[in-house]
Amino acid sequence: MAKAREPEQTDRELTMSRAMVEAIATEMRDDEEVFVMGEDVADYGGIFDSTEGLLEGFGHERIMDVPISETSFIGAGVGAAQQGMRPIVELMFSDFFGVCMDQIYNQMAKNTYMSGGGVSVPMVLMTAVGGDYNDAAQHSQTLYGTFAHLPGMKVVVPSTAHDAKGLMHSAVRDDDPVVYMFHKRLMGIGWMPAPDGPKTGVPEGDYTIPFGEADVKREGSDVTVVTLGLHVHRALDAAESLADEGLDAEVVDLRTLVPLDIETVLESVQKTGRLVVVDEDYRSFGVTGEIIASVAESDLDALDAVERVAMPDVPIPYARPLEKEVQPDATDIEEAVRSVNE
Amino acid sequence: MYSDMVTARHYEERLQEEYLEGKQPKFDISAGPIPGELHLAAGHEPAAVGVCQHLEDEDTVTAPHRPHHIAIAKGVDLKRMTAEIFGRETGLSKGKGGHMHLFDPEVNFACSGIIAQGAPPAVGAALAAKKRNSDAVAVSYLGEGAINQGGFLESLNLAAVQNLPVVFVIEDNDWAISMPKGRVTDVSDGSQRASGFEMPGERIDHNDPVAVYEAAERAVGRARAGNGPSLIEVQVHRRMGHFMGDAQGYRPDEEMEKLDELDPIPRMEERLRAAGLDDERIESLRDAATERVEEAIDWAKDQPQPDPEDAYEDVFTNPPEGPAAAETGGDD
Repeated sequence: MAKAREPEQTDRELTMSRAMVEAIATEMRDDEEVFVMGEDVADYGGIFDSTEGLLEGFGHERIMDVPISETSFIGAGVGAAQQGMRPIVELMFSDFFGVCMDQIYNQMAKNTYMSGGGVSVPMVLMTAVGGDYNDAAQHSQTLYGTFAHLPGMKVVVPSTAHDAKGLMHSAVRDDDPVVYMFHKRLMGIGWMPAPDGPKTGVPEGDYTIPFGEADVKREGSDVTVVTLGLHVHRALDAAESLADEGLDAEVVDLRTLVPLDIETVLESVQKTGRLVVVDEDYRSFGVTGEIIASVAESDLDALDAVERVAMPDVPIPYARPLEKEVQPDATDIEEAVRSVNE
Repeated sequence: MYSDMVTARHYEERLQEEYLEGKQPKFDISAGPIPGELHLAAGHEPAAVGVCQHLEDEDTVTAPHRPHHIAIAKGVDLKRMTAEIFGRETGLSKGKGGHMHLFDPEVNFACSGIIAQGAPPAVGAALAAKKRNSDAVAVSYLGEGAINQGGFLESLNLAAVQNLPVVFVIEDNDWAISMPKGRVTDVSDGSQRASGFEMPGERIDHNDPVAVYEAAERAVGRARAGNGPSLIEVQVHRRMGHFMGDAQGYRPDEEMEKLDELDPIPRMEERLRAAGLDDERIESLRDAATERVEEAIDWAKDQPQPDPEDAYEDVFTNPPEGPAAAETGGDD
């Protein structure tokens, strides 16, 4: 089980995007086979700063701007990876996967299996998720469930700079395709301020965070709140408010969906008896249902009460009052925690 | 054409002002009266007005993420479009779509915020017209960055083999966010894409609205007569960033300096003067455009914010009933 812990002691705080970039740069220096490919990743530095500054260090040969042809460049990533290279390919918004899904879920994800293990695809598909900036239904989705549902891809969702760096090192070194889903609101972009949480101390040296190890971001005894990405911070905010009411919430950050660390969740639920699952992805057929079902299958008796907080099954609306209504916030989490404690 | 050009230009400039309100000096996308991203099309006007002059309400237009000038030229309700951009209840989409997703079924106008993805639905509108023996046509707009997309190339092929009344219009502003055209395609003349599908392709240089008008007359006429699809590429100029807040550090200074010189609006005015219009008349057209825009913006800003509960409506035209809908807030 992952233990509750403070981020490693260091005075050096980074935004999540700087931490990701630092890991990518280290991997590129250490291994000539690592390269980055995507739209606006070189001269622009990534629309969400996910590749900011890499062009200066590595040039256009290794930080490749490509045409807006996702089918072709994501598929090219698969082909290069099958040749043993280690491409990091960016799909600008996870919402755009529809343009190129065959290359992702039929080629990238399945070739290892279909080749009977003869082929491996050591590729990182990096993509931005999340709303909370009024960009409407084609640019705001958090499609964790879709990618985690389809077999063959490891799915990583960091919530802090510390985790983002360690998980990126693990992703690049992994011999399988890894979908690395970062929330725009966590990156620390100038034009889209992040909450305080994701900017954390980040050790200078390289380190890996193994996949399949959830992290208890806050210990508590009354209720287990399981979440990931941006909503780790909303859950922590909710937990602080609830503490004033005498409710002690434990916040579990899944960090990876595939593999999923159900053990840590289960141990927490066995302690608290109550489970709230929070996800910015759609409610139906997704992460919330999966976590609850897995816990129920493993130890139904441990569960006294369950709630889920997720995006209702509606496309994400544009206007501020509408988006605010559908996007889960700290108040929604607080209500769910109170409800399972009634 | 001039009226629509100056309406579109004034509209973009006013939206820019409104958008930046509260977002300066430090740009924060969450501040100010206009939510979300904003992609402005100042400098693209000739491609919109030259084509849409030939269209009626029953003709379909699909626009990309930079749609306002095309919407204005197509006759989209300006007040309701503005209310949509401000995220208001009386907007074209009740505040659900926003500026990249404008839908006005009255004039058969639709948008997609994803590159090239408006092309297949335009082909579908043309297919419907053909099946119904109507003489309606469809026009699909896209940027030069989208001409390498499968959705676009497949649409050209389907329109060609089915002999459908579609006109594909590429707005070539030379920049796909930070990528100049020369670095993403080896074809400098995007209209050459047409030759692979044995359809006519024309490129209009110098952002010339009259040349666009004439090319569109041929293409739309050909489509209406049942003679199949065409492709037009129009050279336009992006006077602003890809989106508001894009500092365009990747764009060479000398190109930015030339933008005023290349501005199609003063050049159109010169042409009008040469054709005998006096300054007073030109001024009055500009004033009328300004007034129309100001009226739309004032009206939009007075409109109510949507009721948060409305977020759950319109997922389906025929919503399923029962507990599942109630569970997600869908039946109140």
